[in-house]
Amino acid sequence: MALGFLPKPLRELPWLMLICVIAIAGFSLLVLYSAAGGDMRYAKPQGIRFLIFFALALALARLRPETLKQATFPAYVVVLLLLIIVEALGFVGGGAQRWVDLGPINLQPSELMKPVVVLACAHFYSLLPAREIRGWSALWPPAVLIGIPAALVLIQPDLGTASMIAFGGLTIMFLAGVPLRLFAGGIAFLAVALPVAFSFLHDYQRQRVFIFLDPESDPLGTGYHITQSKIAIGSGGLGGVGFLNGTQSHGGYLPEPHTDFVFATMAEEWGLIGGILLILAFALILRWGMRVATDARDRFSRLAAAGLTTTIFFYVAINLLMVMGLAPVVGIPLPLFSYGGSAMMTVMICLGLLMAIERQNRRDSRRG
Amino acid sequence: MRKLLFGGGPPVTESGQAQSFSRRAFVLGALQSGVAVLLAGRMGYIAIAQNERYRGLAESNRVQTRLIPPRRGWIVDRHGRPLAINRYDVRVDLIPDFIEDKDRLIAELTRLLGLRPEEVQRIRSELERDQGFQPVPVAEHLSEQQYYALKVHEPDLPGVSVLEGYARSYPTGAAVGHLIGYVGTPNRREYEAENRNPLLITPGIKVGKEGLEKVMEQRLRGRPGAARVEVTARGRLVRQLTTLPQVSGAPLRTTIDAGLQDFAARRLGEESGSCVVLDCNNGDILALASMPAYDPNSFSDGISHSEWAMMREDERHPLINKALNALYPPGSTFKPAVAMALMEAGVDPDETVGCSGGYTLGSRRFGCLGVHGPMNLHRAIAKSCNTYFYTMARRIGIERFSAMARRLGLGQRYDMPVVSQSYGTIPDPAWKQRRYRQDWTQADTLNAAIGQGYVILNPLQLAVMAARVASGRDVQPRLVLERNPPARPLPFAAASFEAVRAGMAEVVNGNGTAGASRLPLDGIQMAGKTGTAQVRNIGADRGRAGAAWRYRDHGLFVFFAPVVQPRYAGAVVIEHGLGGARAAAPVACDVITYLFDRAKAMERLAPLEAQWGGTLAERMARRTAAWVNRPQGAPPPANPVDPA
Repeated sequence: MALGFLPKPLRELPWLMLICVIAIAGFSLLVLYSAAGGDMRYAKPQGIRFLIFFALALALARLRPETLKQATFPAYVVVLLLLIIVEALGFVGGGAQRWVDLGPINLQPSELMKPVVVLACAHFYSLLPAREIRGWSALWPPAVLIGIPAALVLIQPDLGTASMIAFGGLTIMFLAGVPLRLFAGGIAFLAVALPVAFSFLHDYQRQRVFIFLDPESDPLGTGYHITQSKIAIGSGGLGGVGFLNGTQSHGGYLPEPHTDFVFATMAEEWGLIGGILLILAFALILRWGMRVATDARDRFSRLAAAGLTTTIFFYVAINLLMVMGLAPVVGIPLPLFSYGGSAMMTVMICLGLLMAIERQNRRDSRRG
Repeated sequence: MRKLLFGGGPPVTESGQAQSFSRRAFVLGALQSGVAVLLAGRMGYIAIAQNERYRGLAESNRVQTRLIPPRRGWIVDRHGRPLAINRYDVRVDLIPDFIEDKDRLIAELTRLLGLRPEEVQRIRSELERDQGFQPVPVAEHLSEQQYYALKVHEPDLPGVSVLEGYARSYPTGAAVGHLIGYVGTPNRREYEAENRNPLLITPGIKVGKEGLEKVMEQRLRGRPGAARVEVTARGRLVRQLTTLPQVSGAPLRTTIDAGLQDFAARRLGEESGSCVVLDCNNGDILALASMPAYDPNSFSDGISHSEWAMMREDERHPLINKALNALYPPGSTFKPAVAMALMEAGVDPDETVGCSGGYTLGSRRFGCLGVHGPMNLHRAIAKSCNTYFYTMARRIGIERFSAMARRLGLGQRYDMPVVSQSYGTIPDPAWKQRRYRQDWTQADTLNAAIGQGYVILNPLQLAVMAARVASGRDVQPRLVLERNPPARPLPFAAASFEAVRAGMAEVVNGNGTAGASRLPLDGIQMAGKTGTAQVRNIGADRGRAGAAWRYRDHGLFVFFAPVVQPRYAGAVVIEHGLGGARAAAPVACDVITYLFDRAKAMERLAPLEAQWGGTLAERMARRTAAWVNRPQGAPPPANPVDPA
């Protein structure tokens, strides 16, 4: 690339990925401005948050993967403790609790747990001797690492985040080479166990599953979310109804028009073109992430990079499947795009760590 | 077991692991790309293939068709003067579905509109039994100041609907209360009776609840307009798109003479009673007043509980239309009908009956009001001699004079646009057999001959009888002004009519019972017949002035005028007025005077109203205020002027 005029640290940044990130965040600000009815009330804090987390990502990019590796288990323990504290506070307070109030920010430990569980599993498998991969010792420690936080989050109750934590850990297990027959067996087991698990779900969660299966059955109740989301996306057509012209988001028909369903808000005004561009931008980021993983030399970096990329992927995929009516309504925002800091923070941490690994890759490749 | 779970083969090496990673990472990447393609495809399907469908759904989300209530047709009198009109009005409703914080909202509205505690109570209770389908009215007739105050706050008060529209107004107030009825917000029954007509749940819509407003509802309603408006999910208006104008209801022209109606109502004053005046040639009802009455204006605004309670507890029954729905023994006002029957039965009008103060049937004595001496038909009507009518009626028999009574409109139901009419009883042997499984007796005949016993009638029927006697025509009472052929003549001899009319003329203008009520007009005379109906038959002073008001006799009067070529006929009933000559005839006299000389009639009314304590509207307002401010548990306020 013709970036020779830039100083080396800048030149070596993964510019395509960063441009995609900035483009998504910038687009988000436009959509949030419109969602507020032509007002900066969402866009301004979102922009400030983005700058802060962008800086955080660039700072994380300076980390060496080796340092990171050493920090994973302590980090895991700290986040797990926070999760337990939140749980205890919630129990005392008598209600669902997902935050720790740390003065200026409300920290959601379950958010942090998503990348941390991935890193912890990656660390574990990097320590595991290759011949042990076909044995119990390759299974139970990650099962514990994943199971405890997933269970804690599930009883918060937050089905969406719990499944993302589980998916993130399972992805690492898959990439680490755990025998495929175990995954096949696991899927078969789930097929049997799901009806049982279903009976443990909260009423509102169960309701959402039912409604997901048949949203039209309850167009004004829980199915309202999905129906209205599809209406907003569908009415946008190819080019959308135009910036600031969205009637469904402005009229209040679309629920959560600036958070979980912001994609529908965008789709109404920008149409299929806006949607495809957004999906493309995310796809480029993910492709870059997977390339960082395959380029990495050591096992930890490989697993961590692939796992962090997949964490971002799960955010985007679950949210978009949800707003398009292909997944039940679980409260997963569209990272970088939805109003709110938690998901943005997680994704920026993932991207920062990915950049750190990428830097190491570059050093390794120069060395030979 | 271990092999089954984890598989066999050579032990895994680090390079093997790296290869496995690359393979699996590739699979993962492919999976991610697959999801991206799936998402893009899905979005294309929703946004392009199903675009039309979702655009339609978005449109039906966003665009609402709101009905514009039509303006009700005016109700006017025979000269086109307004009885019920519409005036510009700003009203406030609550839409229960959109309310977020009920308590805050009510507190805010109370502050902005100065709602009284009892209104707040009503709004709360209506919100609680929220029927979901209907707005809850908060206030009407907002002042300009209140309107702007609300408009400013409307965006912060979800659920509040401020509407400019038209409200019903009755310029003559209580005078037309029973006749015109009133309008109100439709209730669930009315809504369902019209197959859930969406117009009936439109804010601001009113339907007729009583009287002509109710009976003529469909004719008065008009056609609603429609506005296509863009609204938010919370029902707030974004902008108006297109409008289809409403079509006002057609005006209804009644036979009523607004001036006469108002005068009659005012002239009844503090009495409990009614006054009916007909055009005796075609049956047009010129006045149909019943007092005391409610003010339809306050009913249409949604009457308060306390006003309603006051009316329900009032022993003078302001909620009942006494011209149609109250039944009285006609007493001697029945005698013209009996006299007609006598003439048609061939009784010689000059034949005399000696009145010695009563009539003896077996061991029973039937009294007369005096000792009249020899009585012929003419004098018997003038003096209201019971003895004459006992004797003669017994001679021709009950069947003949009950048939005549029916032919003159008594005990009949008329084809009229009214919510209900009580039609009473003209008894005969078959009726008694049906009703009581008893044989008819001669005593029954004697009682019926003087309008007592089983005979009960409503005042309109008495007025129709007077009209038929006066004109000799088969007039039917009418409330709606239309071009009708004149009523056909009744199949009775002119001489019969002449004899009865002459007797009735003597009542007022000669040596009769109502000599005090001669018209104060030159060349115009009124004919009539007084009647006194027993309310209670106890002791010698039954129903006399000393008795409690509600035990006193009713005073009745039927009349027509002028005596020569009659134009008007009618009836006045004053409940517990002690006697027809004393209570009812003077009212009839003034009402007829009004028809010929307005100024003179008003001149005679003025001192009376001064004595009663002001005009009708002033007295009603004072009474309502007294009721609202009464000490708890106190009985309803007594009427300030006692007719005794």
